[in-house]
Amino acid sequence: MTNGWNDIANADVILAMGGNPAENHPVGFRWVMEAKRNRNAKLISVDPRFHRTAAVSDVYVPLRVGSDIAFLGGLIHYSLSKKRYNEEYVRHYTNAPLLIREGYSFNEADGVFSGWNAETKSYDKSSWNYELDGQGYAKIDEKMEHPRSVFQLMKHHYSRYTPEMVSKICGCSVAEFEKAAELITSTYTPDRAGTIMYALGWTHHSFSVQLIHAAAMLQLLLGNIGIAGGGLNALRGHANIQGGTDCGVAYHNVAGYIAMPKSDQTSLKQFLTAVTPKPLRPNSMNFWSNTDRFFVSQLKAYYGKTATAANEFGYQWHPKIPQAGTGYENWSWGFLFDAMYAGKMEGFLNFGMNPVSNGPNSKKAIAALSQLKWMVVAENFDQETSSFFKPEILATIDKKPADVQTEVFLLPAANFAEKDGTFTNSSRWIQWKWKAVDPPGLAKPDHEIIARLFLRIRELYQKDGGKFPDPIVNLNWWYSNPVEPSLDEVCKEINGWDLTTGNQLEKFLDCKADGTTLSGNWLYIGMYTGAGNLTQRRVNTDPTGLGRYPNWSFNWPANRRIMYNRCSADSKGKPWDAKRPTIAWNGEKWTGDVPDYKPDSAPEQGMGPFIMLPEGVARFFVPGQFVEGPFSEHYEPAESAVVNPLHPKTSSNPLVRRFSTPHDKLGEAKDYPIVCTTYRLTEHFHYWTKNNPYNMEIQPEFFIEIPEELAKDKGIANAQMVRITSARGSIEGKAMVTKRIKPLDINGQRVYQIGFPIHWGFLGRGSQKGSLANLVTPTILDPNSFAPEYKGFLVRLEKV
Amino acid sequence: MAGSTLELKRISAVSTAPPGVRETTVVSKYIDTTSCIGCKACEVACQQWNDLPPEVTVQFGTYQTLPDMTPSFWNLIRFEETEVDGAQAWLMRKDQCMHCADPGCLAACPAPSAIVQYVNGIVDFNQEHCIGCGYCMTGCPFNVPKLNKTTSKVYKCTLCVDRVSVGLEPACIKACPTGCLQFGSKPQMLHLAEQRVARLKENGFANAMVYDPPGVGGTGVVTVVAHGDRLASYGLPRDPSIPLAVTLWKKPLKWLGNLGMIAGVVVAGLHYLKFGSKPEPEAKEPEK
Amino acid sequence: MNATRRDFLRIGAAGAAALGFDLAPARAEARALKIARTTETRSTCPYCSVSCGVIVHTAGDKARNAKPFVVHVEGDPDHPINQGSLCSKGIALKNNIVNDRRLTKVLYRAPGTDKFEERTWDWAIDRIAHLFKETRDRTFREKDSQGRTINALTSIGVIGGCTDANEINYLMSKTFRAGLGVVPIEQQSRI
Repeated sequence: MTNGWNDIANADVILAMGGNPAENHPVGFRWVMEAKRNRNAKLISVDPRFHRTAAVSDVYVPLRVGSDIAFLGGLIHYSLSKKRYNEEYVRHYTNAPLLIREGYSFNEADGVFSGWNAETKSYDKSSWNYELDGQGYAKIDEKMEHPRSVFQLMKHHYSRYTPEMVSKICGCSVAEFEKAAELITSTYTPDRAGTIMYALGWTHHSFSVQLIHAAAMLQLLLGNIGIAGGGLNALRGHANIQGGTDCGVAYHNVAGYIAMPKSDQTSLKQFLTAVTPKPLRPNSMNFWSNTDRFFVSQLKAYYGKTATAANEFGYQWHPKIPQAGTGYENWSWGFLFDAMYAGKMEGFLNFGMNPVSNGPNSKKAIAALSQLKWMVVAENFDQETSSFFKPEILATIDKKPADVQTEVFLLPAANFAEKDGTFTNSSRWIQWKWKAVDPPGLAKPDHEIIARLFLRIRELYQKDGGKFPDPIVNLNWWYSNPVEPSLDEVCKEINGWDLTTGNQLEKFLDCKADGTTLSGNWLYIGMYTGAGNLTQRRVNTDPTGLGRYPNWSFNWPANRRIMYNRCSADSKGKPWDAKRPTIAWNGEKWTGDVPDYKPDSAPEQGMGPFIMLPEGVARFFVPGQFVEGPFSEHYEPAESAVVNPLHPKTSSNPLVRRFSTPHDKLGEAKDYPIVCTTYRLTEHFHYWTKNNPYNMEIQPEFFIEIPEELAKDKGIANAQMVRITSARGSIEGKAMVTKRIKPLDINGQRVYQIGFPIHWGFLGRGSQKGSLANLVTPTILDPNSFAPEYKGFLVRLEKV
Repeated sequence: MAGSTLELKRISAVSTAPPGVRETTVVSKYIDTTSCIGCKACEVACQQWNDLPPEVTVQFGTYQTLPDMTPSFWNLIRFEETEVDGAQAWLMRKDQCMHCADPGCLAACPAPSAIVQYVNGIVDFNQEHCIGCGYCMTGCPFNVPKLNKTTSKVYKCTLCVDRVSVGLEPACIKACPTGCLQFGSKPQMLHLAEQRVARLKENGFANAMVYDPPGVGGTGVVTVVAHGDRLASYGLPRDPSIPLAVTLWKKPLKWLGNLGMIAGVVVAGLHYLKFGSKPEPEAKEPEK
Repeated sequence: MNATRRDFLRIGAAGAAALGFDLAPARAEARALKIARTTETRSTCPYCSVSCGVIVHTAGDKARNAKPFVVHVEGDPDHPINQGSLCSKGIALKNNIVNDRRLTKVLYRAPGTDKFEERTWDWAIDRIAHLFKETRDRTFREKDSQGRTINALTSIGVIGGCTDANEINYLMSKTFRAGLGVVPIEQQSRI
């Protein structure tokens, strides 16, 4: 979240789209209800289903699964064509006035951007960039009138997204769209704030990154980024999924969002040159210019005293992503399981994850696991992955336990209440929790399992030698209790300290590139300073009355509660809205929230407000970063019941990532005519609470939500057993015949949509019956984030 | 009320207020159905706090947990899919004991001390005195009390009397994520409800209303509904009152007490004649 | 009249009470508060990213001879986000912690079999360490095809961490990536 849960109470308009916050984040949703109660804020719910959020919304708009970019494009067009945007904000805080190179274009008939090579199905992205001056800075037209200014290009690009076109693609009526558009764009005035809450309904698409890009564009036009009650708020799914992302648990980056070293970055210097951006405007702070400090301090945390300037601080010990063709090997989830399926992996360690259930295409995952030599699962409960070798689960891929040679270790792990440590929530608050009880039986906390395993492996390397033992024996294992490192000590290390003085680092730039400081994750600097472990702070006073709670836990970055908050004030430094100030210039420095800016840089110096971007301003046009275009464009899901009305020739995302195993089949609308989506219920958490008797009591069985009209067509009665089948597999469950999903008219074609929640499977309490939702979902990936398209695929439906 | 006994309200043969009587406020729940998201936190909070065994449920084509409350499920959100003025609506209302000021269950109950009303308004069942006759179920205009056929006792929401009596809010209220549930004094809750209804009317809900039916003397649950013209969609009776039979049973016929005393003696005598004195120890109690 | 003792008493009592007799004093016995003297520990709900503050109530006052067990879990009213409230999952956390399905033993599935067998921690850690080392030593990629140093291990994957503390996520990256050279490290955020 750019803002935070509490801040939603400051909004005047809340758009819940690509998510169902009342269902999935009910307690966070309390702040929506506060805004409604106290400010008479308006909640707009845009979703294929009339769900729990829609039930308490002021405006509900139905739309077809996967048509969200068209809807947002329509809002962008509405804002631009009706001059409902904050012009001063757009001029000063975004790249709207910057000029784009000649040669950039979008082919409206074909639905592709300039540089498309139809044969190789790839882009030459060189035209998707700024026109630079002699000093390497982007050229600018402050009036935003130049035909190649981002503003004019954007206006032109979205001119196709008229209310009529939105209706044609999304299936809502023009009137429904316009009612929502009027309300959403009403926040372009300085005295109104609008927020967007989204979740997996946006990220689970083959165009998910571009979808969020479109939402960011809208919020920037309306001047809603950086202000109280505004922002673009990703409602993260799990207790510490934010922290896991921050701490580098992803193949493509290390902690603090620093890219993983690659095979052609053969020296530390080469690596740092490649990953450190150069400023693209003279007034850009370009904070990533400090990458060397952050990365060297991280290497020092990993390799301790053995990391020296002479050995590039251990850079060569750290793994690099191998080259593959013109790019690099991809080890993201979908690719990892594809490699495992192909027998390219031998071992697999799994801490509290259940990929058979929570990954796409369960059958492929089961088949992949059966190729492994060994697998370790540390868990609270037995689950579909740890027990994938059981006959009933292997039966889904027509195998028997005797066919599978995988050795499986199921290690009993402590749960949240049985260990301490910090979770980072969606508001980016890093909060300490305290251990309440010992784990049951022989269960152990994960850090002890990791430490014991690591120490045993290290012992073997020390004793017997082996391949490249250097990073193993040199790893900085300084903990007082090596077999069960104190999480307080680890927390200290993540923040880091000065190796000369021994003092904890207080702020980002305290860390150095010369090896005299150590910091496991620069982004978390400030959480454990000389003042102690600030993640344990529990001061719940709110002096501003705006829900900031500055002394509650620690809020990365730098205890800043609202990101990009320089934008909350106008170009003179005066808050856009005096009633909801975030920061203000007092003549000497910025006051209020911790400024996302150089604290003493006067407004007249005109420093760009987006300090992490080399332009210093936000990007409507994203130069070169995304693979399928610098502006978001509506593409259909990989499996779609309709052809893209904008450009039938390029109907779905041309760069979508897919695989070619027999499990990776895609279906066509003639065989699988119904659009299907998956989601979660408020009564359950993933595949975890199927072990909890009370959660099973309030939502006992897998079910499929079916529109009344479709049920009537098929002669399906409420609560009757039905089967849905996709090109990947089939699943049975009870029908829930409902008025809450309406058939839609898409470009003259009637489209039925159905959906079902995930949550059940093979193991758990009560009757699970193998109702595993992902038996039918495809491994189709977004080409930027590599997230699977769980939302929007094709099925057929029949009575059992 | 702290501890295990009731506050004294009156004392025999003393005409002035009894010394040491503490001021007691009539408490109430507030349910704003217009901000309920049907998350069922209140359902589980109730189960969890009261250590009620989980029911074995089945999916019956709705988000609603059970068709009705049960002896071990005292707090049920009722879901109704409907259309209001052509627009989709999904109405949700937390259902539980209404804690009537004039409780029909208590009026109907023949077992001494089995149903009590505390001075703070909470209507509570004491299962150790309950005889399982089910009269309370007849007396309740909201169809709340539920008989457990195994134990022959009737159960319902206690308004978390154990929590309230030590100064805590009820478990369901505390859990509610959206704040659609509140707890406080009855006047406070009525005030909140009136404010909310005014806001709803301002937002175009002309039939918004506070549900606090006078037929049962008002309830210890103040409910706000957006569509007061369609109370049935929320599972609320329009004008609930204590059934006539129950009223007759307890009130106008009170003078029959003398006769009752005689009847009681006769019954006791018959009992002695049939079973003799109570054997010690009593054999395993036969179940119905 | 085929009445049992209980039926008979019931009828008698009802008759007497209905008509004015009281057989028991009119007092109500409310249950004692089950968390009156429990130890309260502040924690964070492990489910979604709202991070509701929860209070875990355990029996015992932390005296050395008392083994705490969880009696109840309730929202933390001091927490600025949830302010005491919880959803239907958070409020059921007691039964997540105290649950007869919790794993309490180290389990092992031998190749080709259809069930788990019990093992000790020492055996399991030792066996996994040997398997890890054997796989690593055999498949470790010191150089890429162009002879450039990569020191990467791609035959072992590690996933996890979305409901583990930051410190554990950090230790996971540190040991498996920086120490052992694993490249395929992923977690829930991808999917």
